[in-house]
Amino acid sequence: MRRLLASTLLATLLSFPAQAQTKDELVIGITQFPATFHPSIESMLAKTYVLAFAHRPVTAYDPNWQLACLLCETLPTLENGLARQETLPDGKKGMAVTYTLKAGAKWGDGTPVTSDDVAFTWTVGRHPQSGIASAELYRRIPRVEIKDARTFILHLDRVTFDYNAINDLRLLPAHLERPRFEAAPAEYRNRTAYDQDTTNPGLYNGPYRIAQVTQGSHVALEPNPHWTGPKPAFKRVVIRAIENTASLEANLLSGGIDMIAGELGLPLEQSLAFEKRHGARFNVITKPSLTYEHLDLNLGAPALADRRVRQALLLGLDRESLTRQLFEGRQPVAHSLVPPLDWVHADDIAKYPFDPARAGALLDEAGWKPGPGGIRANAAGDKLALELVTTAGNRSRELVSQVLQAQWRKIGVELRLKAEPPRVLFGETVTKRKFPHMAMFAWYSAPESVPRSTLHSDSIPTAGNSWSGQNYTGYANPAMDALLGAIETELDRTKRKALWRQLQVLYAEDLPALPLVFKADSFILPKALKGLVPTGHQDPSPYWVEAWRWE
Amino acid sequence: MGAMIGIISRRLLQSALVLLAMSFVVYGLMGLMPGDPIDLMIAADPRLTAEDALRLKALYGLDQPWTERWVRWLAQVARGELGYSRLYARPVADTMAPAMVNTALLMLTSLALALALGLPLGILASLRPGSWTDRLVTVLATASVSVPVFWLGLMLIVVFAVTLGWLPAGGMGETGGGGRLIHLILPGSALALAGLGQYARHMRAAMLAEAGADYIRTARAKGCGPARVLLHHQLRNALIPVVTIVALELGGLFSGALITETVFAWPGMGRLIYEAVMGNDFNLALSGLLLATVMTLLGSVLADFAYWRLDPRVRVR
Repeated sequence: MRRLLASTLLATLLSFPAQAQTKDELVIGITQFPATFHPSIESMLAKTYVLAFAHRPVTAYDPNWQLACLLCETLPTLENGLARQETLPDGKKGMAVTYTLKAGAKWGDGTPVTSDDVAFTWTVGRHPQSGIASAELYRRIPRVEIKDARTFILHLDRVTFDYNAINDLRLLPAHLERPRFEAAPAEYRNRTAYDQDTTNPGLYNGPYRIAQVTQGSHVALEPNPHWTGPKPAFKRVVIRAIENTASLEANLLSGGIDMIAGELGLPLEQSLAFEKRHGARFNVITKPSLTYEHLDLNLGAPALADRRVRQALLLGLDRESLTRQLFEGRQPVAHSLVPPLDWVHADDIAKYPFDPARAGALLDEAGWKPGPGGIRANAAGDKLALELVTTAGNRSRELVSQVLQAQWRKIGVELRLKAEPPRVLFGETVTKRKFPHMAMFAWYSAPESVPRSTLHSDSIPTAGNSWSGQNYTGYANPAMDALLGAIETELDRTKRKALWRQLQVLYAEDLPALPLVFKADSFILPKALKGLVPTGHQDPSPYWVEAWRWE
Repeated sequence: MGAMIGIISRRLLQSALVLLAMSFVVYGLMGLMPGDPIDLMIAADPRLTAEDALRLKALYGLDQPWTERWVRWLAQVARGELGYSRLYARPVADTMAPAMVNTALLMLTSLALALALGLPLGILASLRPGSWTDRLVTVLATASVSVPVFWLGLMLIVVFAVTLGWLPAGGMGETGGGGRLIHLILPGSALALAGLGQYARHMRAAMLAEAGADYIRTARAKGCGPARVLLHHQLRNALIPVVTIVALELGGLFSGALITETVFAWPGMGRLIYEAVMGNDFNLALSGLLLATVMTLLGSVLADFAYWRLDPRVRVR
């Protein structure tokens, strides 16, 4: 008996190294738990991340920020003839774009993904009571034409350069969801199988399917047996939600999780500190993203209405030093709202290197002369004192605010700091333009995203338009309005790039907002995990999970 | 007994009124909070347009005055329906049930641990007031009530999960049973350590208050041994105020411990209610908060009942 016990113990001990060599389960830590699993109801990054393993959109931006087919055979373009302009019944110009779904694409229960799913998804997306969060794409598509089981034509109501980007068309399995929707469209959001029967394999068309959900705790994914693409390496992926980032870090160090996803992980400053302490055990990858950290200026404030003051403020700010000191240079300085990784980024625009002398001269020219205590004042005796409001509890923004305060003090500008909970800031102060001078926050956009909602004069929120629109600065420039319209309808890439350059030149001259940095996502990965490529945009890395492997 | 039934009936009626007032106040406070989740969604997602925001607000009824929504909610609850959670797109009862189980498990464990450690420590300290044992217990109790639970939680994680690797750092495990219990040790201990101080202090104070009472002297004069005097006379009477405190803790059994749940990634009622409040999920938030109120009121009634059972003077009055 003793011998049997000893040999069992020995066998168990010997098996540990072997288990360490083969890794069947990958445990990922993120800071949020998805509230719903429906691909199009609610808009939540945690849901997008989890579904990226299990549910593929027809198109998405790849890690090189290029539009790619994930569930279609060929990306339709004007050049390959799969997209063409057409005249709509009302005489306006529209477009017809033909897609063919990937051969062999199936839902997790073996049912093929077909054009009927496309038609059903479009019906749900168009229904005003279905609860779909982003319905803009569906509003643009007045008609879907089914050619066969895999081929369909989307008829667009306008000519627009992003005619083939249907990233928001998240297909729904008609064979499971149609009865639930047709029974009561207004109740569909509460009846969808994605929330009532989440582990039904038929809901997923990606390399994984959701196999287990423990509300608020974790989601477990297992391979989809009907996935026809490259086989993923892990037999099980568990995504654990750990909201507190200190606990998230502790879980990584104690082996409770294998990695921290950059899309919903540690703030950059925390991950940089982590890298210093544990860089030998983990790979810390920072990827600059298109998240644009900036100061929205209230152009209705008399001091800020003067462009020279805005330019002086930017010249009086040493942003290179700021990002070097606070973020080890991992967050590139922004010179406009278009990130360097975007193909329409222009580098030959006005930049504002740290130059306090020039800043002072511009302020003098604008009538703000040095006054008592070093703070500038105008002829009427008004001090150049500004208020900056930002999100409370954001350590990074608190530090940046203090740097701004100190640096602007040196050019004679007084800055008062104010922090508000995100809900108040974005629910009231910013959206109703109640910030007196400036608000620091970030815009999260997509590659080649036209900033109509933030720069067009039609998008200035007012009581008259029920505070809709995101042009919180109140910026109104007919030249900018014209450029935005021209970019949207220009189909020629070369001409469009030139228009984008004009937009960035104008933005850098007018400075309706002060650019700070492009934020970076920080991924903390085990050394053995290979193949994960951060994207830096809204389409998360697990869209390419088939390439992940353990070496 | 009839008098007790009368007291309990009056308390239940009072409780119903408190619940009605509470629901109005909570609904009003949530309704008056600036902004709503749709505004936040718009700020965070570039794909959403102003048109989407208006459509979604109308769909979720967020464009209606909160008073009208409260009246509709009240009518719905009167029909026995808690409705659907706006955030989780599921019936409120289904959303709350697993979180309630998790919270009850955590809170009962920590309460049991805190009582099991705190009460004997309080008794021990009261035996020789001013002795080194008493001072040590007082220091421990003061530390217990003073140390922030989030710090204590993080320290437990650093020591037992990161450094020693004995216990999981958080979460509740993928399997039930033993796996769940192992995950329960650290959060349960953190809460217990943070709570035992108050029980030790109350127990000590109550024991000392009873020590000089006439009936104790009489018991000793009648020849009762020290153990009998302590356990049968002194402890029994000293427990009365402690029972009241424990009964009032009942509300916490189902409202959760937000900070501990967050630090240990324990999906309980604290986090669920917090997310519901912040997400303007009125049905879920109201149900969660009212459940906590009901439990607190119930605890209060239980405390009355316990008084009635433990203290004959209450029955006489």
